[in-house]
Amino acid sequence: MTRFEVVRTGASASGAQPATPRNVPHRGGEANPSAKALQDKFSAAIKRVEVIWAETIVYVAPASAHEVIRWLHDDQSQQYDFLSDVTAVEYRDADVPIELVWQLRSLPYRRFLRIKAQLPKGMPLEIDSVWDIYKSADWLERECYDMFGIRFRGHPDLRRILMWEQYKEGYPLRKDFPLRGRFSRSEQLRQALAQNPEARYSMEELTIADAFAELPEDMRERLGKGERTGE
Amino acid sequence: MSKRTVEVELSTSGLDAQGRPQRIPLVTNDGGSAVALQPPPGLEPDLEGEHMLINIGPQHPATHGVLRLVLELDGETVVRCIPHIGYLHCGFEKIGEYRQYNQIVCWTDREDYLNSIGNNVAFALGAERLFGIEITERCKVLRVIASELSRIMSHLVWLGTFCIDIGAFTPFLWAFQRREEIYRLIEKWVGARLTTSATRVGGMAADIPSGWMDGLRQFIRTFPHTLDEIDRVLTRNAIWVGRTVGLGVMTPDEAINWGLSGPMLRASGVDYDVRKDFPYLDYETYDFEVPVGTNGDVYDRYLVRFEELRQSLRILQQAADRLPDGPVNIDDPRIILPPKSKATSEMESMIHHFKVVMEGPRPPIGESYVAVESPKGEKGYYMVSDGTAKPVRWRIRPPSFVNLAAIPKMVEGHLLSDVIAINASIDIVMGEIDR
Repeated sequence: MTRFEVVRTGASASGAQPATPRNVPHRGGEANPSAKALQDKFSAAIKRVEVIWAETIVYVAPASAHEVIRWLHDDQSQQYDFLSDVTAVEYRDADVPIELVWQLRSLPYRRFLRIKAQLPKGMPLEIDSVWDIYKSADWLERECYDMFGIRFRGHPDLRRILMWEQYKEGYPLRKDFPLRGRFSRSEQLRQALAQNPEARYSMEELTIADAFAELPEDMRERLGKGERTGE
Repeated sequence: MSKRTVEVELSTSGLDAQGRPQRIPLVTNDGGSAVALQPPPGLEPDLEGEHMLINIGPQHPATHGVLRLVLELDGETVVRCIPHIGYLHCGFEKIGEYRQYNQIVCWTDREDYLNSIGNNVAFALGAERLFGIEITERCKVLRVIASELSRIMSHLVWLGTFCIDIGAFTPFLWAFQRREEIYRLIEKWVGARLTTSATRVGGMAADIPSGWMDGLRQFIRTFPHTLDEIDRVLTRNAIWVGRTVGLGVMTPDEAINWGLSGPMLRASGVDYDVRKDFPYLDYETYDFEVPVGTNGDVYDRYLVRFEELRQSLRILQQAADRLPDGPVNIDDPRIILPPKSKATSEMESMIHHFKVVMEGPRPPIGESYVAVESPKGEKGYYMVSDGTAKPVRWRIRPPSFVNLAAIPKMVEGHLLSDVIAINASIDIVMGEIDR
């Protein structure tokens, strides 16, 4: 009887088996070898390298972030093929710039690297999308845009993802956004009641169907004007 | 991607010469659906590109929560899929910035609510890295038991609901019956079934009660029987194989590039498991294997998750055998609450109690990203501290969210009825996706 077989065990990477980290130092400790390689390769773009709790953080200039990540992904000695996460951090101190964070993993070399780019306040929050390198960045960048208002240049479909498309209160994870929301409860209720409950599809989706004639009048009008979003 | 043959039982009533049930091989092609199930060419009239818009969800049992899919159909074939999420968004990450670390534990139950105790463990590991704490040996083993029980619970829910989506009802009842036994164990341990909040920074909310291990051993002894039953009913069932083989195929390179993790990634043939590659809780000392698929289709995802159930049992057995005596919590009154009896009788303990509850433990300035292998994939908690008792940023890396992002790629070109099977194979939990 042929059962499903366990094909391989563990990771295919050669070398010593990894172990649970113990007695991790707060600062210092051994940096990821990729950080040194990055400093050699992009000396001007690498602002600084920190090792906190044994995790290596490389601060790069926002303009070169895409180039650096592209190299990390493509270079045979690095092979950071797995993008774990894209997110941003805003500090409570209003003068500290917003940080964009990419958590990268190299599955072949079993390495973990955090790339950070600092976006100063008072400038438009914009950075190049890494969607062309990692498809996983699609929704992660949309969420980052939704929550922080950071625009990713080159993202194919930068729409709000968790909040609805007409959400007008701003970007919820920014520190100037109050915990209870920016609008009063009565205003939120008024806006919810003013929604058109018939309009369940976005403009983009409606271009799919032959349902144009059955649409409510206001949606046909907006669709005719070429409006893309809106439920 | 190789051509392969899956032997299926078309009928269990007919026996072959050896007295075994008759088996008829079902040949499948690369990525395509089973050959025997494809309609002959020319049977369907050409619909001349009259596309149809269909809406599934958000309130639909087969979308496993409040997921909404807008599909563009050409006949019965999906041309385009546009997912909509966010119906369950509660702003967990925003609330976390206003809470002490031990208070955030309660929020981690509620995101991936099928794996609540596993999330508690994951969050505590992240916070302990941020605090620079080494937990006790007993606590490590207890957390491994908690994580693996949680993995079994989550996979059982997935298995049961997946069966229902495809049309098999019986395995659902078997799976949920056994899941109930685990819930009883969890309830005995922490007092709650679903919203466990079992961990604290530096330890656990409670040690296991006396006699608890007997219940666990009883479960480990009896559970393989249920697995064998479900295996017997599903793995070679012709309908099951026909509904799952060749659907939603992701090649290894695609799976990595789309950021899939957990069983989704391993079904595509990539042997990445956080427990093996970036171990935590001494997982490198446990003897277990990581099942890896070959075709990356819905059937392989089923096989991988099914084998993970058996492997989790192996880990549970080893953890039950090695559970050491000793304290569960670390010995640091700035972080861990003193026992209640001491807090009401000793001045110092009372002060510590007051300070831990009212001010909260403070980590040094820094940040940490700790990922664990949750049943859905790589679940990471990224925390940034500015030295106060509340994190500047608490980020959940949701595996379901990233896995679900690939659904348009997986369903396009398949039939409408297969969308349900593919969606079920991703094993999504909307609480985790919307947060």
